[in-house]
Amino acid sequence: MATIATYPAEASGGAIRRATTSEPRWVRVLVICVSISFLTLFIFLPLVAVFVEAILPKGLGGYFETFRDPTAMAAIKLTLLTAAIAVPLNLVFGLAASWCLAKFNFAGKSVLLALIDLPIAVSPVISGLIYVLLFGLHGWLGPWLKAHDIDVIFAVPGIVLATVFVTFPYVARELIPLMQEQGIDEEQAAVSLGANGWQVFWNVTLPNVKWALLHGVILCNARAMGEFGAVSVVSGHIRGRTTTIPLYVEILYNEYNYVAAFSMASLLSLLALVTLVLKTIVERKTRATHSPPAEGGAVPSPQSPAPNHEHHRPKHHEAFR
Amino acid sequence: MKLSLKQPSVLPGFGLTLGYTMVYLSLIVLLPLAALVLKTAQMTWSDFWSAATNPRVVDSYELTFIAALIGSLVNVFFGFAVAWSLVRYSFPLKRVFDAMVDLPFALPTAVSGIALTAIYSGKGWIGRFIPPSFPGAHPLLGGFAYTPIGVTIALAFIGLPFIVRTLQPAIADLDAETEEAAATLGADRWQIFRKIIVPTLLPSILTGFSLAFARALGEYGSVIFIAGTQPKTAITTLVIVQKLDQYDYAGAIAIATVMLVASFSMLFVINLLQWWSARRYRGLT
Repeated sequence: MATIATYPAEASGGAIRRATTSEPRWVRVLVICVSISFLTLFIFLPLVAVFVEAILPKGLGGYFETFRDPTAMAAIKLTLLTAAIAVPLNLVFGLAASWCLAKFNFAGKSVLLALIDLPIAVSPVISGLIYVLLFGLHGWLGPWLKAHDIDVIFAVPGIVLATVFVTFPYVARELIPLMQEQGIDEEQAAVSLGANGWQVFWNVTLPNVKWALLHGVILCNARAMGEFGAVSVVSGHIRGRTTTIPLYVEILYNEYNYVAAFSMASLLSLLALVTLVLKTIVERKTRATHSPPAEGGAVPSPQSPAPNHEHHRPKHHEAFR
Repeated sequence: MKLSLKQPSVLPGFGLTLGYTMVYLSLIVLLPLAALVLKTAQMTWSDFWSAATNPRVVDSYELTFIAALIGSLVNVFFGFAVAWSLVRYSFPLKRVFDAMVDLPFALPTAVSGIALTAIYSGKGWIGRFIPPSFPGAHPLLGGFAYTPIGVTIALAFIGLPFIVRTLQPAIADLDAETEEAAATLGADRWQIFRKIIVPTLLPSILTGFSLAFARALGEYGSVIFIAGTQPKTAITTLVIVQKLDQYDYAGAIAIATVMLVASFSMLFVINLLQWWSARRYRGLT
């Protein structure tokens, strides 16, 4: 481990090592400058643009005017409602799935693991489409729902379902690798001391995974509040009734009401910033709690980068020793 | 049946949690996906083929594929520089820049979409300096909105975190001893980079590229604003939405099935790459 600990050439190590295993100064400066400019101009500038375009044209008065519109309030309420349903559902699922998948060995486990990650590989538009095919007027259950006067598609239930689908694995994929890494020794000890299932779960397992759980919930919530494609397909865009904040942003933008569109977008940008800050804090806490990084674990998938990569880095260094 | 195939354990709750997992998974994921598969199976082959290979749709496949490919390649280059700087160098505000990498992932796609348009359209922050005569710019308005380059910019934007977050741990895990050994044998830094660092990181580079590419294939929100709705810049997901708006369900289903097959193939490739890289590392011991 010693060589790795001293690795960043600036940290320590002799002048010889610095000369042989780091780049010349001009290369280092160049690479840093390219990276910083790219991140600032390409990644950070759009975030700045949202706030400037929201506030600059009409001032703060015009900015807050957007939120006085009842349609805006309805969009905010619908977004909060959707997240308030989708996040707890997927939280409970994540706990159940991680308990059976991480603490037990059974046939078909890897298939089940792959199926749980499936929604991440599905395009948001298709995530919406499949619910239209199931519950829409031409869908499998459409005629039955119509006969019973239940609206799913172009109504709030469809929006909630599509959101639950796209955020489906977020909590589970944080918990499963960590709980696998932690093994079942502590739980077995608790059982042998007479604890029942709930006691083991509340007093042993849950405290061990609380930061990973929080991490999953934060990401799940961000995606639930910000989802656009899937929700757009099932919503029907009925102003004030089936428009979440992202959908309302689209409506305002297409009506050339740019200030209002960017003002609504600024709410979501604030959410993104808060998410990033919380995520960074939680990741630091996780690193402090579970310092040795785990072997293997979830594969990062399209739609979401490696969840908390500190957990999942392959530990081939250890294999050398 | 499942229970008998399970290794014995003293821990309780297996039946309850597995049952709940299976029911919830079936209701939320498997049943709706099965609806798509069954709807496709009900189409005749010729209907499916004509809907899936209609010239406008093929144009959209081409645009999506090429834009995703170029966007992800751009990301490999810049993503490598970013990941390398974040792991190996120290510079001011490094933690802030590190957190910034996740911004495209944290920012809702609709927000990225309108923000990128505000920057790269003919009247935008950067777009206003791009005249109509600029290669790839919009021939009348200037800037990159409503052009294939605009689509590529949006796909590059959303793909960055995948490459950086895949490369960071791999760079951190590079074995310094190998580099030192090469240096003592007289290799210069550029030789070490080409012959040791890049080959070792190759599985991670390919994995990151595939993840960004797969995400780009299915992207919708961040692209549609900068792409507009004209046929020339219609990506495949936009064509699906347009078909649905016209109540052309058969068309939407056929294209969605093609896309789903493409996504699952990418997922398969990604898993293969992971397996390859894991095996390579084991091979070193």
